[in-house]
Amino acid sequence: MILARITGNVVSTIHHPIVDGRKLLLAERLDQEGKPTGGYLIALDGIGAGRGETVLILDEGSGARQILEDASAPVRSIVVGIVDELYLDPK
Amino acid sequence: MLLGRVIGTVVPATLVDELSATPLLWVQPLDKNGEPEGDPLVCADGTRMAGPGQVIYWVASREAALTLDPWFVPVDDAIVGLVDEVHRYSKKELD
Repeated sequence: MILARITGNVVSTIHHPIVDGRKLLLAERLDQEGKPTGGYLIALDGIGAGRGETVLILDEGSGARQILEDASAPVRSIVVGIVDELYLDPK
Repeated sequence: MLLGRVIGTVVPATLVDELSATPLLWVQPLDKNGEPEGDPLVCADGTRMAGPGQVIYWVASREAALTLDPWFVPVDDAIVGLVDEVHRYSKKELD
């Protein structure tokens, strides 16, 4: 799973039916200091995440299909958790 | 899933039978700012509605085949949806 921050959303009218009624989020990947690495994902919202939140994203298809309860969902990235706090162990 | 822009259409002369009914588009992956990033790739068009210039989001690996009907096809990148707009929160909105 990947740590990311929700920095935007994607508006899409024409899409696969699995996306109907679900939010598509622009999630920027974070490094160990919590800063954006430059990488990003377009992730489906599975939990009610929104603006500015640090989230846990699953980037794997069969897990995503399990969460969506649809064996034929063409989705790979899905938000599976909202992070409250991160602790980085001191070296 | 990542953003991309359709830069062309692929017209195959010969294809494996399983792909014969699948529209193939040439897609340039985009970064979060909408700038080209990485090498272009060929995506199956699951929406059957994308065209040149269109910004889309696409999925790789086995999930790509699931955008198509029938889904048991040898495809590794596919368009899931067309992007109308990417709204990015301002720094003020995020803090």
